[in-house]
Amino acid sequence: MAQNPMRHRVLALYKELHRLGRDYPDPSYDFNGRMRKMFEKNRNLTDPEQIEKAYNLGQYIKNETLALYSLRKYRHLKRMYGDSSRSSTDDPPS
Amino acid sequence: MRPSPARLLNILVPVKRCVDYAMKIRVNPQQTGVDTNVKHSMNPFDEIAVEEAVRIRERLGDKVKSIKAVTIGPSKSAETLRTALAIGADAAIHVEIPDSAPSPEPLGVAKAIRAVIERQKEQGGVDLVIMGKQAIDDDAGQTGQILAGLMDWSQATFASKIVVDAEKKEANVTREIDGGLEELKCRLPLVVTTDLRLNEPRYATLPSIMKAKKKPIEKLTPADLGVDLTPRIETIKVTEPPKRVGGTKVANVDELVAKLKEAGVVPT
Repeated sequence: MAQNPMRHRVLALYKELHRLGRDYPDPSYDFNGRMRKMFEKNRNLTDPEQIEKAYNLGQYIKNETLALYSLRKYRHLKRMYGDSSRSSTDDPPS
Repeated sequence: MRPSPARLLNILVPVKRCVDYAMKIRVNPQQTGVDTNVKHSMNPFDEIAVEEAVRIRERLGDKVKSIKAVTIGPSKSAETLRTALAIGADAAIHVEIPDSAPSPEPLGVAKAIRAVIERQKEQGGVDLVIMGKQAIDDDAGQTGQILAGLMDWSQATFASKIVVDAEKKEANVTREIDGGLEELKCRLPLVVTTDLRLNEPRYATLPSIMKAKKKPIEKLTPADLGVDLTPRIETIKVTEPPKRVGGTKVANVDELVAKLKEAGVVPT
């Protein structure tokens, strides 16, 4: 059946988003709850174009979340370990 | 037909399980250390190291024979090894210490890594050790350097770029130093410690995590390696920095000058 490969992809996307959602930095933002609601809202789609569109939106959210996580970590590390060469006793740059 | 290279590269990536970077650090009630009942993950600089090893393999292809991750830590450190395997390492070595044992010191860790490298001799030895420049829990920044000294290998620390030439058994490493950047040409075997700007580590996807479950993790003890990890340093006390005393707002410049004079900062 043509829907089976799509079903497999959608399920994989859901699992991936769920796993990402567990690490969301803001505990008051119910990432996984909202994500589930969005999936449930689209559960009865039949038009393959619409299904593809919804799937792509899911992928987009996944990539945005990944970017959020990487940037957050990078910014934190840069703040903590970035300009390590400058100490308070150094002369100010001329 | 092209002759195959005389030897293929074996990369070793030591990793450490630390308190997660986003966690708020609290001193434990006994004032002997930090509260470790919080989320742990791989040291971010070690993630960069694993990522770099995988990228070196992506660039050099089958000139890289193996990427092995190693950790010295309690049983839970195996999760950190699974992360390394999910990012792209082939196999891992877990030097397991008891959960109650104190955190190993850089000298002990370096000796353990040296012993692991010695054991790898039968499988072709180790040509390149890539590790984080420092761990975000102790910020020692010593293990890489000590290891290079113990092994009498070249070292290139705070690397922001690594280019490996497998044929010539050399690597060009760009280092981040106070004045800017320094480029070194190093002969392998080599110890490299990674700096923040080396690369952006990939997030381990669910399929690669599943695949990582099948990759082998070799379990060893410090006794197997003949290494003594007893600490040489005794931590006497750990406290938070003194709380900042509140500042006061002044109404105008005159009041500011008056307050500075009061504080003895400005001559009256």
